[in-house]
Amino acid sequence: MTTALERAQLARLSHLQALEAESIHIIREVAAEFERPGLLFSGGKDSIVMLRLAEKAFWPAKIPFPAVHIDTGHNFPEAIEYRDRRVAELGIRLVVGSVQQAIDEGRIRDETGPRASRNRLQTQVLLETIAAHRFDAVFGGARRDEEKARAKERVYSFRDDFGQWDPKSQRPELWNLYNGRHGQGEHFRVFPLSNWTELDIWQYIADEDIEIPAIYFAHRRDVFRRDGMLMAVGPFVERLPGEDPFEANVRFRTVGDMTCTAAVESDAFSLEQVMAEIAITRISERGQTRADDRFSEAAMEDRKREGYF
Amino acid sequence: MELLRFATCGSVDDGKSTLIGRLLFDSKAILQDTWDAIELSSKNRGDEYVNLALITDGLRAEREQGITIDVAYRYFATPRRKFIIADTPGHVQYTRNMVTGASTAHLALILIDARQGILEQSRRHAIIASLLGIPHLVVCVNKMDLVDNDRATFERIRDEFALFARKLQVRDIAYIPISALKGDNVVDRSEHMPWYEGPALLRYLEEVEIALDEDLDDPRFPVQYVIRPMSDAHHDYRGYAGTVAGGVFRPGDAVRVLPSGLTSRIRSIDRLEGAIDAAVPPMAVTVRLEDDLDISRGDMIVGVDNSPHVASEFEADVCWMAERSQLTPGTRLAIKQTTRSTRVLVRSVESRLDVNSLDEDPTIDTLRLNEIGRVRLRTTQPLFFDPYQRNRLTGSFILIDEATNNTVAAGMIRRPLP
Ligand SMILES: Nc1nc2c(ncn2[C@@H]2O[C@H](COP(=O)(O)OP(=O)(O)O)[C@@H](O)[C@H]2O)c(=O)[nH]1
Repeated sequence: MTTALERAQLARLSHLQALEAESIHIIREVAAEFERPGLLFSGGKDSIVMLRLAEKAFWPAKIPFPAVHIDTGHNFPEAIEYRDRRVAELGIRLVVGSVQQAIDEGRIRDETGPRASRNRLQTQVLLETIAAHRFDAVFGGARRDEEKARAKERVYSFRDDFGQWDPKSQRPELWNLYNGRHGQGEHFRVFPLSNWTELDIWQYIADEDIEIPAIYFAHRRDVFRRDGMLMAVGPFVERLPGEDPFEANVRFRTVGDMTCTAAVESDAFSLEQVMAEIAITRISERGQTRADDRFSEAAMEDRKREGYF
Repeated sequence: MELLRFATCGSVDDGKSTLIGRLLFDSKAILQDTWDAIELSSKNRGDEYVNLALITDGLRAEREQGITIDVAYRYFATPRRKFIIADTPGHVQYTRNMVTGASTAHLALILIDARQGILEQSRRHAIIASLLGIPHLVVCVNKMDLVDNDRATFERIRDEFALFARKLQVRDIAYIPISALKGDNVVDRSEHMPWYEGPALLRYLEEVEIALDEDLDDPRFPVQYVIRPMSDAHHDYRGYAGTVAGGVFRPGDAVRVLPSGLTSRIRSIDRLEGAIDAAVPPMAVTVRLEDDLDISRGDMIVGVDNSPHVASEFEADVCWMAERSQLTPGTRLAIKQTTRSTRVLVRSVESRLDVNSLDEDPTIDTLRLNEIGRVRLRTTQPLFFDPYQRNRLTGSFILIDEATNNTVAAGMIRRPLP
């Protein structure tokens, strides 16, 4: 028999254990109730953690669904290299939805000019990929702490047959009982990391000793300044007059399309140093490094309605 | 560091947004750019000071109408705990939102305006918290600065609330006099109320004991997913994945499997990092048994001498959440409880609960949006459950309209019916 004290000690889970358990529960629930799930995997830290949780959820079996990458063609090579290696390690299938291919085939038109970004184009390719593979549930790594419009996002986010999100038609979510029923052509975006914060993600990566792409650590890189943010010099971004390149020690806080993901100046070469910097940073992740969210306060909400991640 | 989930409840203008804003700001969960945006919005609105309430302001539709429409989740942490706030706004959809936010909460925080005292809504919040089985309640008497930090005012409200709360099932209740706007007794003990000897709100939230809130007596493991690797390395592996819903499971424990009733022993409790020697709620694990039994999703592994009720007729409290339909005798719906999904027929509506007074009206036979009532249900397949007030994970369910696929009700089981 266990004493009350022993039981209290057993029952005292750390916040990361509690979050991990919740996420694994969600991932298993989707695998059990949906016919064709897929997991969006970009090589970014959130999707890396999500993939790790999926690995844990089904171990020692393989993850019973493919990883899905919406490839803008403007990736950091480090992220792609990481993606391919990880997918091979896990022995799972990789589905790639290519923005470049959609442009080449004339299905969408590329933006041009110095502020061109393929971020918006991703939405269309994502929806096409979901339709082509008949995914009925797609895991995303979004967190509620990322942005105001996400604070009310459900774990199971319902999308109609146009892939669109309506904040008014979301289902109430109670206890750990998720309702994934849907009609033909409708699907769910499922966010197992909803209750994690950026710091939780980093702590988990450290605790679990999870490898992440090198661009998350400080390194020297050619950058230029735009709207108060540091953008990487690269083949996909046209610089405006006055946007002179210089070298700096930088790291990335998110890993997305090179045209809209900015770097921060940093001397954090190890995970501990990155976490220490984050703990004292007073600027939110998206505000600091995502050019795409800065245009309007409601930018994110608009993109979500259209079917963005 | 533990995780504490709490729901905040208050009527409009009690200062809920201000309080949440302060907790987030003082714990540095508000970052500089968010703060700048709020400062700017405050100026644009003509506010004299930075309006902390704007921190929790959400979607555009609400911003335009100046209202909040749903449950919003907020996050902050201190060195001792991580907190998740389920912020449930108080207006029309109130009951539905609060039930949703309260379903996963360890604690409910109820705000009362010191000048107004206990309102009908304050009672309603406490009643819903109690019905949803929230073990801890914190009653914050807010705007103490507007009543000259008067001790008698606070104590009058406290005593009146305590009297009313005797009718509730809440295990422990704390009373804290605060000023959300000025920050008194929020993060630190206030100098303005030396007569108050209890902890500041944040200290209380950091220290309240939650580890024993789960049902640690009754071993309950709803099978969620069967793991069969079918690989050379794990050729004969057959594990049952799920989330522990009650009790403590250890290797060697004698268990029974429902619905078959067959018994076996736990061979191991597996995780990728290695086998573990005990599993408690709400851990997500994979259990292997000594014997090869036929077990699938929806089955439940329980203590060999400690079974839940196995029944297809039961009585439950139900909160109806759909706008366009209602619950009446004869209604047929889908039900999801633990990992079991089946169908249900409403046999009768026994009574409707007045959430402001706890009175039950037995003359009613229909439940509409935001109404809570006691109903009798019959399922197509038997369910394995405990009374909700004993186990929130095995005693809860949702009802789904099969025509629209919407979640239309939340339910809490009271007892099986013969
Ligand atoms: N004097 C004083 N005013 C407060 C306090 N808390 C909130 N208020 C004010 O009460 C009003 C309503 O507060 P708000 O947080 O928006 O209330 P909510 O509707 O419950 O979210 C605002 O004008 C606040 O500034 C307090 O502790 N003292």
